[in-house]
Amino acid sequence: MKPIQAAGVRALNTIGAFGQAGLFLIQVMLHRPKSLSGAMGLLMKQIYSVGVLSLVIILVSGLFIGMVLGLQGYTILAKFGSEQAVGQLLALTLLRELGPVVTALLFAGRACSALTAEIGLMKATEQLSSLEMMGVDPYRRIIAPRFIAGLICLPILCVIFSAVGILGGEFVAVTWLQIHGGSFWSLMQQSVYFSTDVVNGIIKAFCFAIATTWIAVFQGYQCEPTSEGIGKATTRTVVLGSLSILALDFILTAAMIGDF
Amino acid sequence: MKSKQLELMVGLFVVLGFAALAYLAIQVSGLSGASSKDVYQIQARFDDIGGLTERAKVSIAGVTVGEVDSIVLDKELYMALVTFNIYSDVQNIPTDSSFAILTNGLLGEKYVGVSIGAEEEYLEQGGEIYDTQSALVLENLISQFLFESTQGD
Repeated sequence: MKPIQAAGVRALNTIGAFGQAGLFLIQVMLHRPKSLSGAMGLLMKQIYSVGVLSLVIILVSGLFIGMVLGLQGYTILAKFGSEQAVGQLLALTLLRELGPVVTALLFAGRACSALTAEIGLMKATEQLSSLEMMGVDPYRRIIAPRFIAGLICLPILCVIFSAVGILGGEFVAVTWLQIHGGSFWSLMQQSVYFSTDVVNGIIKAFCFAIATTWIAVFQGYQCEPTSEGIGKATTRTVVLGSLSILALDFILTAAMIGDF
Repeated sequence: MKSKQLELMVGLFVVLGFAALAYLAIQVSGLSGASSKDVYQIQARFDDIGGLTERAKVSIAGVTVGEVDSIVLDKELYMALVTFNIYSDVQNIPTDSSFAILTNGLLGEKYVGVSIGAEEEYLEQGGEIYDTQSALVLENLISQFLFESTQGD
C-alpha cells in the first residue's frame, strides 16, 4: 500500500503545483501598475538585464549556428548538385525551428535562471516580506516587471538570432564557398513566406517566453528560503523551462503544419 | 545619467530587433515591391502540373514577368486550372502563346515558360491560354522509353 500512497501524494502535489502556478500567473496579471511612468522605469531596468545583456550570447550563437548550417547544408546538397538550395535550407530551418527553440533554450539558461536566483535570494533574505510590510506589493514591484520583460525580450532576441544566423550562413555559402549569390537569395525568397514562416517563428518565441518566464518567476517565488533551496529552484527552472520549450515546440509545430 | 544610459541601451535593443525583422521581411522572404506590383490575371488549364507551386515564376526568355497565383482542380475537365498574375507592364503577350511547365536544372524548381505566338491580339485581364504543355513527369518518360524499346524487338 505504501508505494501506491506515495504515488498518490506525488500526483496530488503535482496537481497542486500546477494550480498554484496558475493562481500565481493570474495574480501577476491582475496587479496593474499604479502609474505608467513608474512602471516603465521598472520595466526598462528588467528589459536591460533580461534582454540587452542576453544579446551577446544570442548574436554569437546565432552567427555560429548559421555558419555551421551553411557548411553542413553545402556538403550534403553539393552531392546532389543543388548547392544553391543552401539559402532555402538555411532560412527555413532557422525561421521555423532553430531560431525560436535555440533562442528560448539559451534564454532559459542565461536569463530565466538569473530571474529565479534573484527572486529566490530576495525571498531568502526576507526582502519580499519587508516590501510587503512597507505596503509595497511584491507582485507589482518585483514579479510583474520581470515577467513582462521576458515576454517582450524573447521574440526580439529570436528575430535577431534568425537574422544573424542567415547572415552567417550567407557568409559561408556565398563569400567563402562561392555559391552564386543571386540564386542563393532568390531560392530563399521563393520558399520563405513572411506571413507563415517569419510570423510563426515569432508566435513560437512568444509562447516559449510565456512558459519559461512563468516557470522562472514562479520557481523563484516558491523556492525554499535557503541557499540550497535557491540552487534547487534555479536548476528546476532550467530543466523544466527547457523541457517545456521542447514539448511546446512539438505541439506548436504540429498545429502550424498540420491541416486539422 | 545612469538611467539615461540604460534607456539608451534598451532603445538600441528594440531598434536592433525591428531592423532584424525588416531584414527578415525584405531580404529573406522577399516581401518587397514585387508582390505589390500591378498585375493582371490570366488562366490556363494543364493536364498535369507536376510539382508547380504557388508563387512559382512565369518567364519570357528567362525574364520573370509574373507568378502563379493559385492552382485548383477543374472538376468538370479533371485538369489543373492555374491562375497567373502577370505584371501589367508586360501587356503584349499574344493570345496564341504557349505556356509550358519547365524545370530549372535537373532538380531545380518548376517554373512556367512562355513561347510567344504570332497573333496580333494580346492577352488581357481574365484571358485564357489554350496552348499548354504539361510538366515532364520522369516516370512517364521512362515507361514510354521502356515500352518503345521493347516494341522494337
